[in-house]
Amino acid sequence: MSPAPAAVASAQKDSSQVRQKAMIARHFDRLAAAPETGARCAYTFVPGNLTELLLSFDLLPVLPEINALQSAMRGKTAEYIAVAEKLGHSEDVCTYVKSDIGMMKSGNVGPTGQRLPSPDLLLLSYTGCFTFMKWFELLREEYQAPVAMLHVPYQADGRITDSMRAYVVDQLKTAVIPKLEAVTGRRYDEDKLKVLLARSALAEDDLVWVLQSAKNVPSPIDAYFGAVYYLGPIFSAFRGTEEAVEYYRSLREEIAERVREGKGPVTPEGEVTHERFRVVVEGPPSWTHFRAFWKMFADEGAVAVASTYSKVGGVYDFGFRHDPGRPLETLAEYCLGCYTNLSLPTRIDLLTRYVAEYRADGFLINSVKSCNSFSAGQLHILREVEARSGRPGGFVESDLVDPRYFSAANIKNRLESYFQMLEQKRVGAVS
Amino acid sequence: MSHEPRLDALVQRADDLFRDQALASVADWKARTGGLAVGFLPIYVPRELLHAQGVLPVGVMGGRPELEIIKGDAFYQSYICHLPRSTIELGLNGAYAPLDGLIFPAICDVIRNLSGMWQMLFPDVLVHYLDVPQNFDPAIGGTFYRRDLEALAAALEARGARPLTGEALSRSIALYNENRRLVRELYDLRRREPWKVPTHELYVFLRAALLVPVEESTPMFAEYLALVSADGSRRPQDQARVLVAGSFCEQPPLALIKTLERAGCYIVDDDFVQVHRFIRSDIPVDGDPLQRLVDAFLTDAVASPTRYIADEVKGADLERRIAESGAEGVLFCAPSFCDPALLDQPMAVRAAERAAIPWTAFKYAENSGQFQVIREQAGTFSDSIKLWSAT
Ligand code: SF4
Ligand code: SF4
Repeated sequence: MSPAPAAVASAQKDSSQVRQKAMIARHFDRLAAAPETGARCAYTFVPGNLTELLLSFDLLPVLPEINALQSAMRGKTAEYIAVAEKLGHSEDVCTYVKSDIGMMKSGNVGPTGQRLPSPDLLLLSYTGCFTFMKWFELLREEYQAPVAMLHVPYQADGRITDSMRAYVVDQLKTAVIPKLEAVTGRRYDEDKLKVLLARSALAEDDLVWVLQSAKNVPSPIDAYFGAVYYLGPIFSAFRGTEEAVEYYRSLREEIAERVREGKGPVTPEGEVTHERFRVVVEGPPSWTHFRAFWKMFADEGAVAVASTYSKVGGVYDFGFRHDPGRPLETLAEYCLGCYTNLSLPTRIDLLTRYVAEYRADGFLINSVKSCNSFSAGQLHILREVEARSGRPGGFVESDLVDPRYFSAANIKNRLESYFQMLEQKRVGAVS
Repeated sequence: MSHEPRLDALVQRADDLFRDQALASVADWKARTGGLAVGFLPIYVPRELLHAQGVLPVGVMGGRPELEIIKGDAFYQSYICHLPRSTIELGLNGAYAPLDGLIFPAICDVIRNLSGMWQMLFPDVLVHYLDVPQNFDPAIGGTFYRRDLEALAAALEARGARPLTGEALSRSIALYNENRRLVRELYDLRRREPWKVPTHELYVFLRAALLVPVEESTPMFAEYLALVSADGSRRPQDQARVLVAGSFCEQPPLALIKTLERAGCYIVDDDFVQVHRFIRSDIPVDGDPLQRLVDAFLTDAVASPTRYIADEVKGADLERRIAESGAEGVLFCAPSFCDPALLDQPMAVRAAERAAIPWTAFKYAENSGQFQVIREQAGTFSDSIKLWSAT
């Protein structure tokens, strides 16, 4: 589960989008060149990623979730999923996995059209979802690559205990770092890691500022669709780099300018000049119809002012920052704190809080078939957040990267009715 | 029906318990003993620990097909398995009223998220998420798991259970060792002479044993084992020997198990009601008993699809089971939308292919009512096995 740095063809873009696209493209160039340069790579996941640790070993991260969602945006996943299903993968399971397997079986050509290197290591950092574990068991069979397993416990009671933190730190020391050393032939360099972590914290400060800029009315950003672009660098291969620090600094300046000018968000169809509805969104986007889905919001003047999806790669808005003073503990706390590792009651509290703090008219759940981690319990979330926030909730169903489950007419109808209801409530409240 | 009235009566008793969705037997036990009863979801919890604290562990396995789901469906989208809906339904309709708590083992995202829903829906009962480790190093995963068990023991004590003592735990381990040994013997007998232990019968004993104290289920297993061993009226038939894989959480309807048997299959190994066989051998009773429980989980548990398989080749355990059971075919029989089972299946299929035995796959839900298609599929499968093994 991960936000995407991706191309939106012929769309209106703000300059940050152009910049992040170039960053991501450079990363894929490095990956494509790996067989010649000798660079080594680790496949890993977005939630609970250990990017700083990988970079401290000069390992290049490859994120199969991002490949899957980018393949969806390029219209490739129907074909990849069909390949995987033909090989015996069930129609019932997460389509990220099937897209990844299908892509690999089709030559492992990544989203930029370049071939991806095979993994030197599968870094199975298992945060917030059990599917990850099965995913890398499957990939291990295909690639015969070593696996470094990091089991991150679940915050079932809404808190991180000492035992959880110690368990993760112990695994980093004894299961993860030795594997990184073995694969790269280098020693663990804590000083280098600290430098990277300090940079992460700087970028995180600016990211939080950007996401919280949506508290302004009108919001200068779309915190669901638009946020996907902003999150690309930090959720993928760049957390801890100078490039990321610079990117988020300039993104912040760009958004600050929009706030000063009282501007709304930029969407592929143009700028939202009249913010009619402010909504909080729970659940990931549908990547196969990303632009069409966004347009359904934009056409109604609906702006996502906060989203939970933008927190799958880390929840930073309640104060967590990577702390270079406690390198392994901070990585543990980061992993433990990702959104889908939070209990249902915590998720409900968080959504209710977003609705209030971002002055939302309502909240909307996009429930994806692929993802039990997100979806199992969302109908309960819907009712609870409605009751607690006093704002109406909407519910649509689709999928991440399987176009068979995106029924555009049905979703559009539902969204239109939902926005009409918000309008009526507003009129009712005024009269 | 057998020619042995005692056997009929015993099977009837197990069947009555199995059908007791409102947990009347649990309520009786509580009224008699004044003890706490705590439920647990599939697959495995260390029941010994609860028992040692005077708590009755009660296996909660979803609903049977007759259960009408009214409220439960309002909690889940169509693409989520069935077990959590019936669990919610039974919770909301009061069937779990005798339970003082529920333990949710960490096996999948659905059970995980259900633990949070339970906290909100039933704030007065104990809700414990048993976050079993996926790291099997005793110093790391073992330490974490031990702390989790200590936290569980403390939570039970806070609800009024006896404090956990080493002595009581050793005694409980010994009792469960005996219980598990009998289950293993039943499985062994079924492997050797499957006609003596029809799976649809064995299954209700496994389910019944989830509802009564170990002191009652052990004699039940023992008597059943003795009676079926001695029952000369149970004669071999021309059936194909199959291993059923994938049904470790949401359970197939009993009618589905009967359908497979009627379609010509002897089930010679399975993963139904797996708590009884999750730990493969006796747990030593010497030394520190809590550590013995921890070690058993780390080193002697089955290779469930819900566990990370680190060093072994994926599916090696299935290959071993195929060899040991003498299965001639594998039926991959998983609940619809069950991530752990279905994500694992391609790797399990490869294991069956390495073992060079035929396999077929289908899905079910715990409330499935129509088995015509499965009957035909299993019938064709068993016919083809019999045909090939005859040549
Ligand atoms: S199930 Fe959800 S969180 Fe897990 S890999 Fe799939 S999309 Fe990501
Ligand atoms: S049936 Fe499968 S997906 Fe459903 S709760 Fe059980 S293990 Fe989880």
